Amino acid sequence: MSRITRRNFVLSVGAVSTATSVLGWPALGQAKASGGRVVVIGGGFGGATCAKYLRRLSSDIKVTLVERDANFVTCPLSNAVLGGLYDMDFITHDYKALRDEHGVKVVHDSAVDIDPDAKKVRLAGGSTLKYDRLVVSPGIDLQWDAIEGYNEAASATMPHAWQAGEQTMILRRQLEAMPDGGVVIIAPPPNPFRCPPGPYERASLIAHYLKNNKPRAKIRIFDAKPKFSKQPLFEQGWQALYPGMIEWISETEGGAIDGVDVKAMAVKPTFGEPQRGDVVNVIPPQRAGAIAEVAGLTNDSGWCPIDQRTFESRVQKHIHVIGDAAIANPMPKSGYAASSQGKVCATAIVASLSGQELPEPSYVNTCYSLVGPDYGISVAAVYRLGDDGIAAVEGAGGVSPKDADAAFRLAESRYAVGWYQSITSDIWG
Amino acid sequence: MRTSIRHLNVTLLIAAGLLLGQTGQAEELSRGAMLSASCEGCHGTYGRSPGAIPSIAGKSAKYLRQALERFRSGEVPSTVMGRHVKGYTEEEIRLISEYLSKQK
Repeated sequence: MSRITRRNFVLSVGAVSTATSVLGWPALGQAKASGGRVVVIGGGFGGATCAKYLRRLSSDIKVTLVERDANFVTCPLSNAVLGGLYDMDFITHDYKALRDEHGVKVVHDSAVDIDPDAKKVRLAGGSTLKYDRLVVSPGIDLQWDAIEGYNEAASATMPHAWQAGEQTMILRRQLEAMPDGGVVIIAPPPNPFRCPPGPYERASLIAHYLKNNKPRAKIRIFDAKPKFSKQPLFEQGWQALYPGMIEWISETEGGAIDGVDVKAMAVKPTFGEPQRGDVVNVIPPQRAGAIAEVAGLTNDSGWCPIDQRTFESRVQKHIHVIGDAAIANPMPKSGYAASSQGKVCATAIVASLSGQELPEPSYVNTCYSLVGPDYGISVAAVYRLGDDGIAAVEGAGGVSPKDADAAFRLAESRYAVGWYQSITSDIWG
Repeated sequence: MRTSIRHLNVTLLIAAGLLLGQTGQAEELSRGAMLSASCEGCHGTYGRSPGAIPSIAGKSAKYLRQALERFRSGEVPSTVMGRHVKGYTEEEIRLISEYLSKQK
């Protein structure tokens, strides 16, 4: 331990008083210690961000992150793995930095129950964790059997690949094994669902792989929706890069599927005959991750109503829900939105525990999609809190311009990867 | 004498420690930090980017404010920054620029 000198002392006190006066905290006599125990369930984009930023905002807070898996495989860029641009390692992240550098206690286990009165979380491994504030960031669960015949067992043959990892690898292996001249079927769900542009980026990057390896193959998208995210930009990109390869059958043309026949490798559209594919990627309807429902945090929609200022549950006090599971519209269910919500939520919790005022929240979304390796497009939005909750700032945000040149698309393809490297290091780094 | 100064130092340090304790070794909960958190997703934590997106940490507040204003007006062409910066007021741009200029 270094020896305390009078000079050090003066410097340190001087630094404190300068900092406090510049930063405009409330009178120090009134501020409370910001310590407390926060448990975060789910180590994805929302939960891991929230855990890290809680510690960044206050090293007094004890943060325990409960995450089932030792590593997290991101959905962002998993379509690029399907297209052969990256391997699984590139999209896999561990919790070492959160644990060793940011002082987050990481527990690899699953939350099975929450007692909001006793403020306890019960884990599958048998232990319980006590909390002052709980953050629930469980992502999505898939609604098995919402499409007749499509359940967890079926997903081994007809992968959804909408939670990245083993499912991503199954779909990739199937693409590698399919014959030239074969058909890939993609069946996206109705709104709301995780990553609105995702199915169409997936079609694009599978087309990139097929164009170079199986150029006579086709992709058919049987869609439960009459329109989709960034549609004019995707369609323009498909025309430029993969003419004639991708067919989109909209909901109005009977694209929604009612069921699947796993044995026949077929989907059953609303109108007409079952349609066979060599590879069938069914992306089923979704709801908040199971723990949210078990804990009674969901409403009839299957998602979690929250105070959009603090992300505190409308159902249970001292429990916050962020990310895909939360009703935060008009913010999309995207990784970037979840991370932005994790930061606002962390600030709200620190404010609450320390008796400070919560600065006016600010939220953002930025999502890149790769149409090809050198062809990127984006959507952006800035949000602030209005009288009716979160609102997109008018006149800001929007999608990439339709008439942009090749240099613009190339730049956005590079930024798409830069975006990925930045946000994943901001969360897991 | 020596003992008493040391004693004084320890006492005052405890007082200073309490001050720190009240705010933790915490960052400020400021509007500037809240707004800038939105930038950090793409530009990296504290504005230090590990990839293709430019780092913005430690640039002067004046530089950052001018860059943002020029993106907003279209004087400097951009892919996505023009779309983002239109979401913030002049005061918010000032707060963001000041916050990020203090990061390293």
